[in-house]
Amino acid sequence: MALILQPNIPDQDGFYQELLAAHDGLGKAESDALNARLILILCNHIGDREVIAAALKAAK
Amino acid sequence: MTQSRYRLAFELYPYRKVAAQDAPVPERHPIVVVGAGPIGIATALDLAQRGQPVLVLDDHEGIGEGSRAICFSQRCLEIADRLGCGAAMVEKGVVWNVGKVFHGDDRVFEFNLQPETGHKNPAFINLQQPYFEKFLIDQVRAEQNNGLEIEIRGRNRVTALEDRGDCIALSVDTPDGPYSLHADWLIACDGARSPLREMMGLGFEGRVFEDNFLIADVKMTADFPTERWFWFEPPFKDAGQSALLHRQPDDIWRIDFQLGWDIDREKELDEANIRARVDSMLGPEAQYELEWTSIYTFQCRRMERFRHGRVMFAGDAAHQVSPFGARGANSGMQDAENLAWKLDLVIRGLAPEDLLDSYSEERVFGADENILNSTRATDFITPKTEISTLFRNAVLTLAHKHAFARPLVNSGRLSVPCTYDGLSLTGEDRLAGGPARTRPGAPCVDAPLRDGFLLDALGSGFTLLTLNTDAPETFAEAGIDVARLALGADDDPTGALSARYLGQAGTAVYLIRPDQHVVARWPAFDETATRAALRRATGQE
Ligand SMILES: Cc1cc2nc3c(=O)[nH]c(=O)nc-3n(C[C@H](O)[C@H](O)[C@H](O)COP(=O)(O)OP(=O)(O)OC[C@H]3O[C@@H](n4cnc5c(N)ncnc54)[C@H](O)[C@@H]3O)c2cc1C
Repeated sequence: MALILQPNIPDQDGFYQELLAAHDGLGKAESDALNARLILILCNHIGDREVIAAALKAAK
Repeated sequence: MTQSRYRLAFELYPYRKVAAQDAPVPERHPIVVVGAGPIGIATALDLAQRGQPVLVLDDHEGIGEGSRAICFSQRCLEIADRLGCGAAMVEKGVVWNVGKVFHGDDRVFEFNLQPETGHKNPAFINLQQPYFEKFLIDQVRAEQNNGLEIEIRGRNRVTALEDRGDCIALSVDTPDGPYSLHADWLIACDGARSPLREMMGLGFEGRVFEDNFLIADVKMTADFPTERWFWFEPPFKDAGQSALLHRQPDDIWRIDFQLGWDIDREKELDEANIRARVDSMLGPEAQYELEWTSIYTFQCRRMERFRHGRVMFAGDAAHQVSPFGARGANSGMQDAENLAWKLDLVIRGLAPEDLLDSYSEERVFGADENILNSTRATDFITPKTEISTLFRNAVLTLAHKHAFARPLVNSGRLSVPCTYDGLSLTGEDRLAGGPARTRPGAPCVDAPLRDGFLLDALGSGFTLLTLNTDAPETFAEAGIDVARLALGADDDPTGALSARYLGQAGTAVYLIRPDQHVVARWPAFDETATRAALRRATGQE
């Protein structure tokens, strides 16, 4: 499967709010740690090394 | 003159003056091995068992005190078994399956390795290196009694060498003064600091890890479980970045503390300081004696090539890895078995000298894989940047709750032998549906047979393994004999043989090298293809 770079999340505004809300009340270090955990969880969910590699490239 | 550099655990080859020391003309030997460490001895044994006379020179009179290696892998034990001393190692060694991983005070998770069944040897054992070496030397003594020509000269230090084109001239220092020797072939197994490498002006490039490890082997009679405990950021006082507790035979426990770079060695080695650390790890009630302590630094590096004309480098002399994953001695044993059969064929005139270049090609490939693995483990255990610390700790936090994160925790991966994919000697894979783990280049995987085990049945020459299909009983190509091992469903009581060698296929023919790596495989015997594969595997194409 190719990396999806077209809009793919239903209710974008709701998603964005949820993402930020997860960081509510966290200091910088806690937020960084949360992000790291989130990345690991999502990468595992994707599971496809090619898709992950393409995502890493797209994020650069 | 030949001052000792370390104390001995076992004195096994005391210095004795030999006639060669007074000979007017230097004695000439077909093979000289420098270094009677585990790799030098294994190489010498393998060559001697193939009928080659071997002389081993070592600058000490026995095995150094203190256990360096403790963890020996399945492939390493299989090689030792072929040499005749694997069973003694397994019997003495400690088998463990349960590991616990801690992060600070938290227990992150526990694993049970539950090794795959159907192998003669365990997935790994813990055994003090001096025992490992002693069993190898015991085998040398047994072979000497059987009449094999293998000689070890203790307190014989090589101090200079000169490549004369048709031989290597060595200067050797002894308690009775120096003498000279000539060798057709020289195998340098003289350890990580390899004086021979220095003498030849050869490089040893790689990465130095700015870290010191304090190693304490303690003897405890208390009942502590036979498990591997590993701490990231250990909670006990001054324990450093990581710590490891691991059982060895004789109620000895290996304790490792990773101390960092800027340390005062003298102070850290002070018994009171070591005890303070160990007390805080084991708890105040623990009763123990300190058996042996030392501080190490580690490098990951290798020589560019392991063959330089008539000189071959093997073991730590050729490559060095960090200790995570126990790859030093384990990979050195694979060097030994890779080199021995090739040099034997070259000396017999059955293969061109170029075959020895494949030793370098294959073992450089293996060294790179080991260096990659141990570098990754080192980077996980000791993150070098803020962001890598962040991810490392995220993995450890997640591993508490979620199974997916546990395989990401890297406190050292167990040593597994490499597959020589796509290298010069590796032949074709024509077996549709054949298992990936036994593809050409891979070391044969053991399997139980009706009587005994597959690896024992392979022996030490080239083998044509046929499964459920026909082939000539023997055949020869360019003077090299190939013995057939014919197996069928009757020989496979557990189905492991079929799962490991047939996969989806109904029949198979494997050509297998003397070091038990697969050359090529087909669904049926094809004489032309087999001959071509054999020529390729012996450097004749
Ligand atoms: C703390 C620690 C833990 C380790 N744990 C593991 C582990 O769990 N598993 C594993 O597989 N590996 C492990 N290793 C690595 C392992 O100890 C080495 O890879 C192994 O000893 C290498 O064997 P060798 O024969 O190549 O060299 P060495 O054992 O170093 O032997 C070299 C020999 O050459 C001799 N010599 C040197 N110079 C001369 C000369 N000029 N003339 C004559 N003789 C000479 C020396 O005296 C010595 O006997 C560990 C290492 C350390 C330090």
